[in-house]
Amino acid sequence: MLDGDPCSILENELVKPGKGQAFNRVKLRNLKSGRVLEKTFKSGEQLEAADVMDTDMQYLYNDGDFWCFMEPDTFEQHQATENAVGDALIWLSEQDTCVVTLFNGVPLSVTPPNHVELEIVETDPGLRGDTAQGGSKPAKLITGAVVKVPLFLDQGEIIRVDTRTGEYQGRVSSK
Amino acid sequence: MEQVIQWQPGANMAALRQRSRVLSELRDFFQQRQVMEVDVPLLSMTTVTDLNIDSIEARNEEVAAYLQTSPEYFMKRLLASGSGDIYSLGKAFRDAESGRRHNPEFTLLEWYRCGWDEHQLMDEVAELIVTLAPEIAVRRCSYAELFIQHLQVDPHLIDLANLQSLAVASSSESWADETRANCLDLLFSVLIEPQLDDGLVLVYDYPACQAALAKCAEDSQGRQVSRRFEGFLNRVELANGYCELTDAEEQAGRFVEDQRLRKLSGKAAVTADQRLLAAMESGLPECAGVAMGVDRLLMQLQGADSIDQVMAFSWKRC
Repeated sequence: MLDGDPCSILENELVKPGKGQAFNRVKLRNLKSGRVLEKTFKSGEQLEAADVMDTDMQYLYNDGDFWCFMEPDTFEQHQATENAVGDALIWLSEQDTCVVTLFNGVPLSVTPPNHVELEIVETDPGLRGDTAQGGSKPAKLITGAVVKVPLFLDQGEIIRVDTRTGEYQGRVSSK
Repeated sequence: MEQVIQWQPGANMAALRQRSRVLSELRDFFQQRQVMEVDVPLLSMTTVTDLNIDSIEARNEEVAAYLQTSPEYFMKRLLASGSGDIYSLGKAFRDAESGRRHNPEFTLLEWYRCGWDEHQLMDEVAELIVTLAPEIAVRRCSYAELFIQHLQVDPHLIDLANLQSLAVASSSESWADETRANCLDLLFSVLIEPQLDDGLVLVYDYPACQAALAKCAEDSQGRQVSRRFEGFLNRVELANGYCELTDAEEQAGRFVEDQRLRKLSGKAAVTADQRLLAAMESGLPECAGVAMGVDRLLMQLQGADSIDQVMAFSWKRC
């Protein structure tokens, strides 16, 4: 917690002048605003831990303003803002299970599943018989994400993508 | 998932070969100048009293002992015994110092020149660095010049309350009641160090409150300063040198002050090294001395961004 906002620590570097007191230069991401800031703390200084909780939830729908998630055990629903959904936006398809980070019971951030299977809705026509060769082309997926795929793939095919890197993992099936 | 055991060195073979070459170049440099290498203990029954330097404790025959944080006290006892100019190239240990630029065990080059002052020694530091890296630029300026250039304040004259406000503005509220020395260190590290020029920057006339084992004096404008300097190589603190304090009585007083500060901040008491004091009473020759971090020097020569890349096995691999 920093100035009332939950933050995640991105980097923590020891700074110790030869004869001086040690301190830590810490790079933090404010989880509410997404802003990255640098702060210098005395070594050993204590910060309040943020009361955040990661919960598996099913993505239900987007009503135009909010993205709606549901806890599978209690059926309790949570509305996430566009800011909270953040980069997960381009990977979300209905019924997928995501990790929703709650801060004081409100969605703070959304982490998509590590792997998703999505349909290609737009790409250059496939080159048949080119399955062995390298080379790639951009393909737009049903959720809006654009990933690089091998040349032989076509519109309508379903592929598996790693959401952490945005990399194509393989073909799942044709529609 | 299966844990991967890190048994390999952090430095690659090219980095290890360069380390070997640099260690031998350092020895050549001093041999050509008739400075004698000395090999002093790493394990001792006493250690430094510095507030901000913690020693790693060891035991020998049930008696508490310490891994040495620098060869300084032993070297001064040799100087007081008539050794003449000497250097030491070996290991030093500091507790709880791990990070991108720190390892609890590191290689330290330390040397003393009898009859020299800190400015003559700064010349030699520059000559040593230029021997290893001929292209390097060398700049020299006083601690006060840097504060005035970057922060528009005189570090020797600014009052404590204003200094604390600057420290708070640069980081956080928790600096509001810090000491003068700590506020100056913070401002230097956060606001000045990153702005230093490329190459070697030698900074002299440190504040009197950061004298450590240096003589104190008035500078050309009548301000109280310590005759201490530091060397920064590409904005990384590399070397710390003094026109050495030779007055045994003042040294004893500084030990007492260190012990008072250690007690205030809840640190373990350390007995002052009586053998060093006795040596100084018998007569430490007027001299200047400097310690240089060899691992950091290698980092800069190789453009490495972590100390792990220039050491065979840094602490996380031990």
